[in-house]
Amino acid sequence: MHRFANPARFLRIANALLPWLTVGTVACLGIGLYMALFASPPDYQQGETVRIMYVHVPSAWMALFIYVFIAIASACSLIWRHPLADVAAKAASPIGAGFAFLTLVTGSLWGEPMWGTWWVWDARLTSMLVLFFLYLGHMALMGAFEEQSRGYRAAAVLALVGVINIPIIKFSVDWWSTLHQPASVIRLDGPTIDPSMLWPLLIMGLGFKLFFATLLIVRMKSELMAARVRALSLAQLRNA
Amino acid sequence: MEEFLNMGGYAVYVWPSYGLTALFMIALTLSSLHTLSKRKRQLAELEAKRPPRRAPRTAQPQTAQPQTAPTQTAQESSSS
Repeated sequence: MHRFANPARFLRIANALLPWLTVGTVACLGIGLYMALFASPPDYQQGETVRIMYVHVPSAWMALFIYVFIAIASACSLIWRHPLADVAAKAASPIGAGFAFLTLVTGSLWGEPMWGTWWVWDARLTSMLVLFFLYLGHMALMGAFEEQSRGYRAAAVLALVGVINIPIIKFSVDWWSTLHQPASVIRLDGPTIDPSMLWPLLIMGLGFKLFFATLLIVRMKSELMAARVRALSLAQLRNA
Repeated sequence: MEEFLNMGGYAVYVWPSYGLTALFMIALTLSSLHTLSKRKRQLAELEAKRPPRRAPRTAQPQTAQPQTAPTQTAQESSSS
């Protein structure tokens, strides 16, 4: 891990990966969209609304995945003072917040025709809303202090405390009675969803993940440059 | 085509879901790329302004000190 601590080395690897990630993202999202909208069947119960699942479920996976990513980066920042860890957490947070928001909105858009309601205060939906607020809090704390490192520390502590919410979201459908359907893909006895719907879902999921990786690199590059801009302007102020 | 757009009567739920997802992903990509190019520009400007070689820094504060030191002692002696 520490071999990547040097931003120059990170930037070299990131720049080499970026074109491949971009191509992979576009390809997966293109194929995934085609399969989700044209090449997959309507559900025998849900009809065409099942197509909402192909954006709802990957968004939810990403919202959880990115939060865990931020929590791990925060731990690296607090324990080892890894210089890239805060940069990674800061770059990832708005992407995760966006996916958490999309999960809530697309879930509502599916819930209205299928459950007959936009929203219920049950365990799965409420814990997802809490995740969205955790993201907002994390973003706010990162920029809340004049001295940047203080904000980063506070945000890292919030991210680590909030990670308790992740297993709660995942298992909320098993622990409490809820309107939300239980897991049908990531379960011990294998997926229960039909392959004609599983494949478009998995390809969309991969596309979303690659999208995150691509955007993360772009945003981390920005963040590293911003740090260099700050350092250079300070040096010039001192010299003037 | 019309049947496809109609989504079995659920068009008002299906298309906004896809539309919002696409909107978020495209908007965040554009704003991230915009920030990156802005930072690149700022950095290029600063690098251009930077002097090619830094002057030896230790010389400056030492020459400044003797100038301030006499005035300080003069103030102190006048007040006591």
